Amino acid sequence: MAQKFEINDVEVWDGNYAVSQALRQAQVDVVAAYPITPSTPIVESYGSYVANGYIDGEFVMVESEHAAMSACTGAAASGGRVATATSSQGFALMVEVLYQASGMRLPMVLTVVNRALASPLNVRGDHSDMYLGRDSGWIQLDAFDAQEAYDLALCAFPIGEHLDVRLPVMVHQDGFTTSHKAQKVLPLQDEEAYKFVGDYVPVDEMLDFTRAVTHGAQTEEDWHFEHKAKQHKALMDSRKVIDETFARFKALTGREYKRVETYMIEDAEVAIVALGSSVETSILAAQQLREEEGIKAGVIAPRVFRPFPYDLIRDTIDTSPLKAIAVLDKSSPGGAMGALFNEISAAAYTTSNRPLITNFIYGLGGRDYSVEEAKRILKEQKAHADAGHITTPIQQFSGVRGPKLGFFETKRS
Amino acid sequence: MSQNVPGTPKRGLRELGAEEKVGWDEVTQGVAINPFTSPTTENVAHVRPEERDYSDFNSYTATVASWRVLKPVYNRDICIDCQNCWVWCPDTSIISRDKQMLGIDYDHCKGCGVCVEVCPTNPKSLLMFDTNEELDVALSQWPEKKKKEK
Repeated sequence: MAQKFEINDVEVWDGNYAVSQALRQAQVDVVAAYPITPSTPIVESYGSYVANGYIDGEFVMVESEHAAMSACTGAAASGGRVATATSSQGFALMVEVLYQASGMRLPMVLTVVNRALASPLNVRGDHSDMYLGRDSGWIQLDAFDAQEAYDLALCAFPIGEHLDVRLPVMVHQDGFTTSHKAQKVLPLQDEEAYKFVGDYVPVDEMLDFTRAVTHGAQTEEDWHFEHKAKQHKALMDSRKVIDETFARFKALTGREYKRVETYMIEDAEVAIVALGSSVETSILAAQQLREEEGIKAGVIAPRVFRPFPYDLIRDTIDTSPLKAIAVLDKSSPGGAMGALFNEISAAAYTTSNRPLITNFIYGLGGRDYSVEEAKRILKEQKAHADAGHITTPIQQFSGVRGPKLGFFETKRS
Repeated sequence: MSQNVPGTPKRGLRELGAEEKVGWDEVTQGVAINPFTSPTTENVAHVRPEERDYSDFNSYTATVASWRVLKPVYNRDICIDCQNCWVWCPDTSIISRDKQMLGIDYDHCKGCGVCVEVCPTNPKSLLMFDTNEELDVALSQWPEKKKKEK
C-alpha cells in the first residue's frame, strides 16, 4: 500500500512535475525510461515516488529509448498500466516501437516534452519530435501550459484505455517553455484523481495464464491492410471518447477542454493557428491588435493533433467570418508545407468561405516567438484579407536572420 | 501433408479461404491471436499437438512453408531414432513420438537442411530433394553406405 503524498489545493509546479504527479495519481504500474532533456524530471520524479513508497509500481531502467518503449509495450501487453516520457532524439529512437504499440492496440501514456531534432544538436523546444509521431497511430494531445499538461495526462489514461479505443496516447508540452516554467497549478486530490482515471481493464493480457494469447503476429498482403484499416477507424472514432472524457473532466474540475480551442474567433476576420505555448502569445497579440488597431483577430489551437479535428476546424471556419488564416509550424518541414498547414488547408477546403491560408515556419530550435511577431503575422493576414488574395509567398520563414525566405506563390495573371 | 503421419486435416486460414471472407471489421483487435479455441488447458504442454484444441488462427494449422525450395526426405529403414534432428530443427517440424521418429511436418518445414546436417547415420536417414519430388522416387534414389576411406 502506497504512502499518502501530501498535496495542496494550489501548487506551484512546472510542466514536468505536474505530469509526474498525474502519473503517480493514475497509479501507473510500470515506467520504463531512458531520461533525456528536457523530459528527465518526469521519470526522475516517478522513480523517486517508487523509491520513497508513494506508489506501488516498477521503474525499469533500460539502455535506450528504443528499449524503453519496447519494455513499455511488453508491460502493456502483459496487462499493466504503463507510461514513460521522452523528447527529441529519444523520441526518434522510439519511433519504430511506437508503431508496434499502436498496431498492437496497447494503451499507454507517453508524455513528450517537445524538443528540436538534431542536427544541429539543440535541447530547446520545437515541434519536430511531435510531428515525427504524427503517422504512428497514437492519439496526440497538446498541452499549452503546466496546468493543461497535468490535466491532459490524467485524461490520457481513460481515453486510451477505453474499450472502444484501446490506443496509446501522447501528451505533449513544449520543452522548457512549459516543462521548466513553474506556474500555479490546481491539482486534484489523489482519491478524486484516481476515481476519474479509473481502474485499468486489461484486454488479451499475457499474464492471464488461463487464456493463451499471441501478440505481435506477422501479417502479409492478405491480412495487414484489414488490421491497419481497423486501427485507423479506432483512432478516428476515438474523437467521441475524447469529447466524453473532456466533458467528464469539466464536470469534475470546471476546466473545459475541446479538441479545437478557439479564442475570439466568432467575429474574427483574421486568425493564427498554432500549437503549444505559442497559443498564449498569439492570444495576447490578437487582443492587442483588437484594442490598438481594431483588427478583428482570433486564434485557433488544435488541442488534439491526432486524430486531427478536421470536423471542428471545418465547423469553426464555416461559422466565422474568417478571410485569412496564418498557420504556424514549429518544425522544419523538409521540402513541403508545414504539417499543420496541410491539415488546416484540407479542412478549410471543405468550407464555403475558403479563407486565404499561408504558412509560417517559426520558432525552430526554441527561437523565441514574441507578441510583436504574432502581431506582424496577423497584420499580414489583414493585408491578404483586404486585397482578396495572398500578397506574399504562401510559405514564409518567420524570425530567421538574413534575407526574407519564402516559397510558392499564388499564380496571378 | 506430413510424411508418414496419419493425415492431420488442413484447417489453416488459407485453406478455409478466410482472407477472402474476413473484412477489416472482423479481424481481431491489435492482431491479438488466441492459439486455442477453448480456454487453454494450463497443462497444454502435456497434451500431444495433434490432440490440442488449436484455433484456425494458430500457425500449427496453417501452411507457412510456401517458400521452401528443397525438402528433407526421411528414410525409416536407416534411422536409429537418435532424436538429433528433432533437437536441432528450428521450426519443430520433425515429428517424433515416444522417442520414435515419425516424419516431417511439411506444412512448417522451410527446408533449411539442419536435420540432414546433424543426422549421424551412414548413409544419412534424411536427405534434401527438390520440394516437388515424389517421396517414393526420392527413396528409390537413396545412396549406399559409404566405406571408410583408408
